[in-house]
Amino acid sequence: MIPQRTATSSTLTLHVNDTAHTVTVDHRATVLDVLREQLHLTGSKKGCDHGQCGACTVLLEGRRANSCLLLAVAYDGAHLTTVEGLGDEERLHPLQEAFHERDAFQCGYCTPGQIVSGVGMLCEAAEGHPSHATSPEALQWATGAPAELNRDEIRERMSGNICRCGAYPHIVEAIEDVTDHALRHRGTAPHRTDAGADAGTDADSGTDARTDAVPAR
Amino acid sequence: MAVHDTTDTTDTTGTTRRGDRTAEPVLGSAAPRREGPAKLTGTARYAAEHTPPDCAYGWPVAAAVAHGSVTGIDDSDAMAVPGALAVLTHENAPRLGEPDDPTLLLLQSPRVPHRGWYVALAVGETPEAAREMARALHVSYDEEPHDVLVHPDHPKLYHPEQANGGYPGACERGDFDAEYDAAPHRFDLTYTLGPLHNHPMEPHAATAVWEGGHLIAYDSSQGATVVCQTLATMFGLDPHQVTVVAEHVGGGFGSKGTPRPPVVLAAMGAKHTGRAVKVALPRRELPFVVGHRAPTVQRLRIGARDDGTLAALGHDVTTHTSTVREFVEQAAVPSRVMYGSDGSRTGHGVVALDVPTPSWMRAPGEAPGMYALECAMDEVATALGIDPIELRLRNIPDREPDSGRPFSSHHLADCLREGARRFGWERRDPRPGARRDGDLLLGTGVAASTYPAYVAPSTASVQALGDGSRPAYHVRINATDIGTGARTVLAQVAADELGVPLEAVRIDVGSSDLPAAPLAGGSSGTASWGWAVHKACRELRESDGTLVTVDTTSDVQGQEEYARHAFGAVFAEVSVDTVTGEVRVRRLLGVFAAGRILNARTARSQFIGGMTMGLGMALTEHSSLDTRLGGFVEKDLAGYHVPAHADVPDIDAHWIEEHDPYLNPVGGKGIGEIGIVGTPAAIANAVHHATGRRYRELPLTPDRVGVVA
Amino acid sequence: MKPFTFERATSPEQAVSAFAAQPHARFLAGGTNLVDLMKLGVETPEHLIDVSRLPLNDIEPTADGGLRVGANVRNSDLAAHTTVCRSYPALAQALLAGASGQLRNLATTGGNLLQRTRCPYFQDLSAPCNKREPGSGCSAREGVNRDMAVLGHSEHCVATHPSDMAVALAAYDAQLELLGPEGSRTVPAAEFHRLPEDTPQRDTVLRPGELISHVTLPPPPAGARAAYRKARDRASYAFALASAAAVLAVDGDGTVRHAALAFGGLAHRPWRARTAEQVLTGSRADAETFARAADAELAAARPLSDNAFKVPLARNLAVHTLTALTGDAPNRPAGT
Repeated sequence: MIPQRTATSSTLTLHVNDTAHTVTVDHRATVLDVLREQLHLTGSKKGCDHGQCGACTVLLEGRRANSCLLLAVAYDGAHLTTVEGLGDEERLHPLQEAFHERDAFQCGYCTPGQIVSGVGMLCEAAEGHPSHATSPEALQWATGAPAELNRDEIRERMSGNICRCGAYPHIVEAIEDVTDHALRHRGTAPHRTDAGADAGTDADSGTDARTDAVPAR
Repeated sequence: MAVHDTTDTTDTTGTTRRGDRTAEPVLGSAAPRREGPAKLTGTARYAAEHTPPDCAYGWPVAAAVAHGSVTGIDDSDAMAVPGALAVLTHENAPRLGEPDDPTLLLLQSPRVPHRGWYVALAVGETPEAAREMARALHVSYDEEPHDVLVHPDHPKLYHPEQANGGYPGACERGDFDAEYDAAPHRFDLTYTLGPLHNHPMEPHAATAVWEGGHLIAYDSSQGATVVCQTLATMFGLDPHQVTVVAEHVGGGFGSKGTPRPPVVLAAMGAKHTGRAVKVALPRRELPFVVGHRAPTVQRLRIGARDDGTLAALGHDVTTHTSTVREFVEQAAVPSRVMYGSDGSRTGHGVVALDVPTPSWMRAPGEAPGMYALECAMDEVATALGIDPIELRLRNIPDREPDSGRPFSSHHLADCLREGARRFGWERRDPRPGARRDGDLLLGTGVAASTYPAYVAPSTASVQALGDGSRPAYHVRINATDIGTGARTVLAQVAADELGVPLEAVRIDVGSSDLPAAPLAGGSSGTASWGWAVHKACRELRESDGTLVTVDTTSDVQGQEEYARHAFGAVFAEVSVDTVTGEVRVRRLLGVFAAGRILNARTARSQFIGGMTMGLGMALTEHSSLDTRLGGFVEKDLAGYHVPAHADVPDIDAHWIEEHDPYLNPVGGKGIGEIGIVGTPAAIANAVHHATGRRYRELPLTPDRVGVVA
Repeated sequence: MKPFTFERATSPEQAVSAFAAQPHARFLAGGTNLVDLMKLGVETPEHLIDVSRLPLNDIEPTADGGLRVGANVRNSDLAAHTTVCRSYPALAQALLAGASGQLRNLATTGGNLLQRTRCPYFQDLSAPCNKREPGSGCSAREGVNRDMAVLGHSEHCVATHPSDMAVALAAYDAQLELLGPEGSRTVPAAEFHRLPEDTPQRDTVLRPGELISHVTLPPPPAGARAAYRKARDRASYAFALASAAAVLAVDGDGTVRHAALAFGGLAHRPWRARTAEQVLTGSRADAETFARAADAELAAARPLSDNAFKVPLARNLAVHTLTALTGDAPNRPAGT
């Protein structure tokens, strides 16, 4: 039920996957609950509702964020990308394709969060963000140049996404596949402020580039 | 025997070769998951993602005391919340018929058997309203003394007739006492495990709606057939008046094996309000109401001869259950299977405490039991100066020791040898504490795995749809895909038997309106469902008709008497930080013999997943019961640490091609659980090898391991 | 969660006056902890003032060579700032050791300082807790207390402060700029958080209605090296069992010229180890001195039933972090 506007609710606009949605929200509603219960975009999952699992990860202005901790009322006008905005069943985003190829999921419940987080993480790395796995020496000489992602770096940067089925090794391989792909097509890493749009472009070229590796479905 | 080399293999440099799959047979091939694109794009709908028109939201209210009864409920503030619809309590909730599982008898009496037991359900127009109603509800209690602490000397300890799985509570073979007393080397070792939580990523949830006299429930469950039957019993309906849908399930690991509170609460809320009602449990409440792995204290007594063969094996388990329902974690059972000895005594003692009811968690019995047994074997090996692999090889029995039955197949030795070869075991220096890398101590360890090959009767149907030029078949079975890849592998079974391409098979699973099937549990799903699908396809192939429905009850009951078990060997390399006591796994490798592997891709994922959960059991997962408050302390995913990406290294999973004619027509033993079984002991044994210390308690967190000055 | 009214602050000053006009208001920035606690019912504000869009997003050099950080700077941006990485590495390391990538993208500098304890009894409305409900008792003291404080706790509260960032800020002698109804004032980061004493409900010295506007880092001491090291139950995405931030400058003759040491995970506040620093300063920079200094500081530790392990753990973290800064120890191998 969509609440009536009162002193404790507001009408606002969320731009989700490049579509503007004007909704009246209870101030207590999180972006995650608005996505799932009001907009029926249930790709973003509720695993813990407290920022402890990452299943709800969305891109907020191009950056990954736990949507369960975002009060929707504070995000009027915000641009969000959810898993539904990355690709669809006929045209998967390269990272979705890599997850499929690598069997990087089992029950599938953490999967949208892992994928969105992976896309956001690659942007952060491209922007030169360090991580806990970055050596003190590299930190000391930080230049803001794109970070190199070895497996330890990927694991550390993806640690905000819990997977209870234990698909981690395959998730890391899937992200590596896309990292290799990104390196082959230099400059395709989306800029943070419009990652959603760029990710779509990436999906186009990526699907073509990977056709040989795509199993029949 | 042949070692399966999979199509995707990672060589030592970390680069990947892709093999050619085109020539492979359908069954055994690495077919990708059928529901993959739906899960990857977010269109796959889970239980709480069905929102019927006019859907209301239920929020359960958990008891705030550990033992006693509800004396009063004041819902005036709750019902004053804007959007409030109803508060259900034991005073006004629909009366329920008696289910097999008394933990489902919710809101039927004021009794509070443990902290976190549900005492009310708030139903509101929105999730926010329902949550606030639950907070605003005033419940008063008559509190009684509670006891949540299990120990072997507990005055209420009793010895149950049966443990989980229907196994005898106690077994004796030969004269354990005499053999143990006479053995030249005696080991008396006690291992302690705390409670553990399943915590599937999808919290338990259900959406229920009554359409006339028909109840429709979308449930997060490992088996909709049982949920349907249970709801019919509880709500006084014919099973045909109930439809339970579990199309996509976000993991269960045993905790969704049978119905759990959300589906009962949602159905009650919907009946009471006349609205569709959705109940998604808060993560923090799962430990209290969906089951947990019970804590165990395990005493292993081993009498060994000079050559390492076992003269005596004793395994005594102490565990807890609740006052609501007896559940006894069958941790001593693997000691009846693994190793031969002249005298053996295995048994379970249990105390019914004011604790949440324990239940299944991935490999109940085997996971904790093999931790203790396989650590004890490592201690024997170390003390006698025998290589741990050699010690196990010397003790592999010819027949299942307690039952005397022949094994249908037994390839533990092959798993140990193949694992040793792949891991580089022969280069291992057996001396503890001998390898160092800066501040890190390094060690390696090994442990065996085992899990029974269960199978249960199932029904299934198959219909021929296509014409002669384009064959098409429709398989229908109420199997559940909780992440195992059941849809995919059952389609492979059908395509293989029908001799058609995989694309020619359409399959529907995950609804009680489909032919009845057992739950996804006990690693038995593929064997049980696959048998029925195979039988249906075979009968269709041999018949003139276009539709066949089969039941495998007589086939399953007609099986010959064999001991059927999967086996495996797990190898681990760990680092122990002498500065902090932090233990991390560097390498993890498993080799398994689990019958025919039906899908190389999804099987590998299950083995790796099981080993990852074993890593968590070994190193990170810790829960405790507060003795004064009587509840679990580590309730959420910030406090209860399941492994994160950074904890999990590359994991190698391999398997032995095992052809076992005594299993079932598809030839698989089940792979969902064996991965977890040997992993905790392999890691614990590696920590001993690194440090020279035996901890005999998990998880090996810095508070236990301590700094190594 | 109680229904609440909402407004977006237009300026820091307006935010402060809006707060004064509402008896049960809270400032909302990243929300990573406030929203979490509202869902638990621990926080029950009736009015939220959104300060997340206030123009407090800059990281600027100060005239004396330090750095001034706006309260709304996200943890990930602060950790990625090249000046922070190069000149305040312990701060970058502490930030990167905290939470997850997603949370660091949301969490602000000011909000990180104001996060509340993760004591499980504080989060559980059915358990007595003096911090949440003064006078109700402390469940943790005699309960499951492995994660609780060993320093500076009281009979009323044994909770720890969860921040990693705040530990580094304490070691760097950062200053917090607070804006309140009576104007602005400056408080050292090391003195911002309180010990529980008999009022554990008060985490900090922040007065009602005050807003953190900036954090200022003084220029790092000449020739100083710094590091942050954290021990935890899993390799990432876990709060500290114990941690240490160290800033060390050693003269050419091997004498410690400047030493700052702070512990995390041990107390109700980031624990600036002044006693240890006294031992260190002017002494020879070697393992023996570092051990003596850590022991001197930790002599005050009063472990509870389950957390005695934190004392040798903290000692080791301090000694090894300081030793690594003298160049005598090899760097930690990668991937551990």
